[in-house]
Amino acid sequence: MGSPLLELGDLVIRIPGRPPGSPLGVTVRPGECWAILGPNGAGKTTLLHTLAGLRPAHSGMVRLNGTDMRTLSRRQVARQLALVFQDHHDGFPATVLETALIGRHPYLRPWDMESAEDVAVARAALEQVDLAGLEARPVATLSGGERQRLAIATALSQDPRLFLLDEPLSHLDLHHQVAVLDIVKERVNSGCAAMMSLHDVNLAARHCDHLLLLYPDGNACWGPTKEMLLLPVLERLYGQKLVTGEVDGAPVFMAADGTVDGS
Amino acid sequence: MNRLVPVLGLLAAASLAAMGLALTLGSVPLPPTEVWAVVTGGGESLSRTLVLELRLPRTLAAFATGGLLAVAGALMQVLLRNPLADPYVLGLSGGAAVGALLAMLAGLGVALVSGAAFAGALLSTFLVFGLAHGTGSWTPVRLLLTGVVVAAGWGALISFILAVSPGAELPGMLYWLMGDLSHARHPGPAWLVLLLAVVLAWPLGRSLNVLARGALQAASLGVSVRPLEWTVYLVAALLTATAVTLAGTVGFVGLIVPHMLRLVLGNDQRIILPASALAGGILLTLADTLARTVIAPQQLPVGVITAMLGVPVFLYLLHRSR
Repeated sequence: MGSPLLELGDLVIRIPGRPPGSPLGVTVRPGECWAILGPNGAGKTTLLHTLAGLRPAHSGMVRLNGTDMRTLSRRQVARQLALVFQDHHDGFPATVLETALIGRHPYLRPWDMESAEDVAVARAALEQVDLAGLEARPVATLSGGERQRLAIATALSQDPRLFLLDEPLSHLDLHHQVAVLDIVKERVNSGCAAMMSLHDVNLAARHCDHLLLLYPDGNACWGPTKEMLLLPVLERLYGQKLVTGEVDGAPVFMAADGTVDGS
Repeated sequence: MNRLVPVLGLLAAASLAAMGLALTLGSVPLPPTEVWAVVTGGGESLSRTLVLELRLPRTLAAFATGGLLAVAGALMQVLLRNPLADPYVLGLSGGAAVGALLAMLAGLGVALVSGAAFAGALLSTFLVFGLAHGTGSWTPVRLLLTGVVVAAGWGALISFILAVSPGAELPGMLYWLMGDLSHARHPGPAWLVLLLAVVLAWPLGRSLNVLARGALQAASLGVSVRPLEWTVYLVAALLTATAVTLAGTVGFVGLIVPHMLRLVLGNDQRIILPASALAGGILLTLADTLARTVIAPQQLPVGVITAMLGVPVFLYLLHRSR
């Protein structure tokens, strides 16, 4: 099992204009891959940003590797935890390799130059996400999916124990969706942990071992995937009628006609 | 990154060449051999006066002003994540100008005019940052808009002061507003500020590279964003205030120099910041040499030259970058 990488101590996230939701008590251990599911506006991104220490919580605490995150410097946090953002906006022009290299920032002292080793780490990360040939390309010329993979490569070169990914599969074609999930799982199997917000219930069911469901009213529940994937639970989560079937001996879900009351 | 040394070496050589040119050219042209003789301690007494008492201080002042403005511009552009930002857009020069004009109107001496300009620039800095900070959200767009509006306010005040000033004061005021190096006699402090800023900002270079990608991204990569932003803004304000104090309001250097360097050198601040200091210095040294010689013995304010060069170059770059 290993000692917990991330502990949420009765964490209540702060969402402007909404009453505080129910406290979260999730514990993430090495080797676990969590999916956060919930409809738009349920607070998935806010939760991930709060877990990365980028937003203050309403109440409760986040412990990273057993230490209260508020006592850690940004640099210490960045060595243990990487966050892949949902939107990528360019400020100034930069190349693909330069972008992957900024993942090494938390390890370099102010007057250090990036070493050959850092470049090798960044190159390996680009290789993993299938961008090896594009190192010299300006980021602005990449497609949405390529940018998404570049963001993941930057997180990989950051070499954290915990990956937080905000909709890491958006803009990706089917092959790269599975490829990215495989990369994440490879890290998870070697002692890291991951927590990602997803919109695709079936990908979450197939690739993640734990689920955290965020309801729009601020309630939440969490646990091992097998115990969470029940038709009524998911229907209430999305306010949407679903149908279910079996593929490879596991349930799959599809939206059907009709809505469900939130009660 | 291996380009750092050759790039800076090249720019340093060009800097020396530009300053050498500035020393030889003027209403009385001096042959380079005579300038060399003066610099090495010989030469005729007329040449000595021309070079050591007139041209050298002015050239050094021009170089320092250009370097200060270009570095301030490069820092502001990273801070606002906007390649079109420069210290003047944020109302710093407006505040400095109002301070300086009020001092002139009161009939104060050169030193007090400089002091008033410095105070005006810093006041404007705190005004813009204080107002933009407001309720706590401090986005680049909000900062930029606040700066633009504050600058417009200063502009109105400047017009008001000019309208109520006695006619005898007007030429001096207008020259000051257009940027003028003919009264710049003591470039020492400006050089010190420039040198310190470049040396101290260099270790922040990589953090600035990360900050250029957005505040949240920078924070998630281990940058303490808020302290870094404050440092950058205060340093940029200090640089601008020093430049304005020395030479009045010289536009476009802070906008154009970093922008052109980025097109050629990429966006690594560890190269851009020192390169901006040198290239800004070269540009203003050459512009001031032009200002002294183009209709000699009359002199133009150097701000006129930089704006006349700057506007078309900038429009061209903007057009091309689409």
